[in-house]
Amino acid sequence: MAAFVSFESLAFGYPGRPLLSDINLHAERGEVVALMGGSGSGKTTLLRLLGGQLRPDSGRVVFDGEDVGALNRAALYGLRRRMGMLFQYGALFTDLSVFENVAFPLREHTRLPQSMIRDLVLMKLEAVGLRGSAALMPAQISGGMARRVALARAIALDPPLLVYDEPFAGLDPISLGTIAHLIRALNDALGATSIVVTHDVAETFAIADRVYLISQGRLMAQGTPAELRASTDPFVVQFLSGSRDGPVRFHQPAPSLASDLGITS
Amino acid sequence: MTTWLASLGAWTIGAVALLGHAARFFLRLCAALPAACLRPRLIVDQLHFIGNRSLSIIGVSGLFVGFVLGLQGYYTLQRYGSAEALGLLVALSLVRELGPVVAALLFAGRAGTSLTAEVGLMKAGEQLAAMEMMAVDPVARILAPRFIAALIAMPLLAAMFSAIGILGGWAVGVGLIGVDAGAFWSQMQAGVDVFKDVGNGVIKSAVFGVICGFIALYVGHESQPTPEGVARATTTTVVASSLAVLGFDFILTALMFGAT
Repeated sequence: MAAFVSFESLAFGYPGRPLLSDINLHAERGEVVALMGGSGSGKTTLLRLLGGQLRPDSGRVVFDGEDVGALNRAALYGLRRRMGMLFQYGALFTDLSVFENVAFPLREHTRLPQSMIRDLVLMKLEAVGLRGSAALMPAQISGGMARRVALARAIALDPPLLVYDEPFAGLDPISLGTIAHLIRALNDALGATSIVVTHDVAETFAIADRVYLISQGRLMAQGTPAELRASTDPFVVQFLSGSRDGPVRFHQPAPSLASDLGITS
Repeated sequence: MTTWLASLGAWTIGAVALLGHAARFFLRLCAALPAACLRPRLIVDQLHFIGNRSLSIIGVSGLFVGFVLGLQGYYTLQRYGSAEALGLLVALSLVRELGPVVAALLFAGRAGTSLTAEVGLMKAGEQLAAMEMMAVDPVARILAPRFIAALIAMPLLAAMFSAIGILGGWAVGVGLIGVDAGAFWSQMQAGVDVFKDVGNGVIKSAVFGVICGFIALYVGHESQPTPEGVARATTTTVVASSLAVLGFDFILTALMFGAT
């Protein structure tokens, strides 16, 4: 059976600045797949390609048998309804209450009666533990809560694919654990597939079925968390241990310090 | 010499590209209007936000412009012994020119800036991107209702401005200076044509509504998603709207009143 989501020998870049090259990865139904890499390694660009906000220069992004890059606007919108995305900082609509934020996809895409929308929204909020905060505005809740509300909004239409962009960034340890637990629990409860873009090793390894490591726009390693922990590849070792120096240098390429300071010997 | 030519060329290409981009965006916005009309609730909210909340500044400004028109108009007219034409002068100035133009300038400053900042901040907070990913077109859901609201609000605000201005002119001319009230109103009634004067004023303000609304939304939508970017976009909105309003006012006046 073909994978639910796959990137096939994908390349993408802006003129004069290649970002991604020769990316091959796939996610099977029911899996939580993590895409990990340093900042600026092209992880978020992969998500934009998956959502059809960007189109690949070569190669394909396939979601449920459809080539995302080849779809027109209407087909793309149809596809996105089957995709729930959690943005890095939640991206809640600041002019709508928590309740209305979660209700938004339901109101836009369905013609359900008010009472049913209310029940659905309260159920989604209950799933992320925030039913009691339905009446608050986004400005009144903490960053971790906002992320959970955004999660409730992402699952409002019960999408078969959930996509997370840096879900752990800037959270306190408790919120971080909560979000990680929710990602796994919701994936299993909804029978969905999840793709998590992150650089947080500990939380990700605890919940992911498979992990891809990306650096400089290339796929460096892949495997289950256990396989990667056992790896002796220098990049994997450096990434997992967080060493300052290794294949990824501490110093960015530059002319020699002496010549930059004008010291000539 | 060549660098001068090159930068002129680059500027021209940039300007034409911007115009083309804006025109395409305008068409996209217009294509989204029919669907937006089916959701009057969203339009009413925006109408309240950008129309109602502009009322106080429009009213106060209109009143004072009327006061000044009454004073200055009387000063000039009485030199020629035709002070009783004050009503006509006040009404025509307001209905034809000052109402639509000054109301549009105030509207650009009061409502245009808030539209730009709102849309720019929604973009900076990834709210527009999130909407895109929820398969909801932000142009249809966010921009179109605001554009329609600007389109409706502008003529109403201009009419309000003119009406209050005329009352201001009456208060100063008749109340303070002592121009004959009957002459004031009857001259106005006889000299102001419903279609030629009032109608053209309404057309003008509707055009200004399109200009101010579109510029505010376009600039906000295209702003850099950073604090400086939104700040710059807000300034751009006021400058571009004001200049566009004044420029189009001249063109419209030439077309409407030029031949006669």
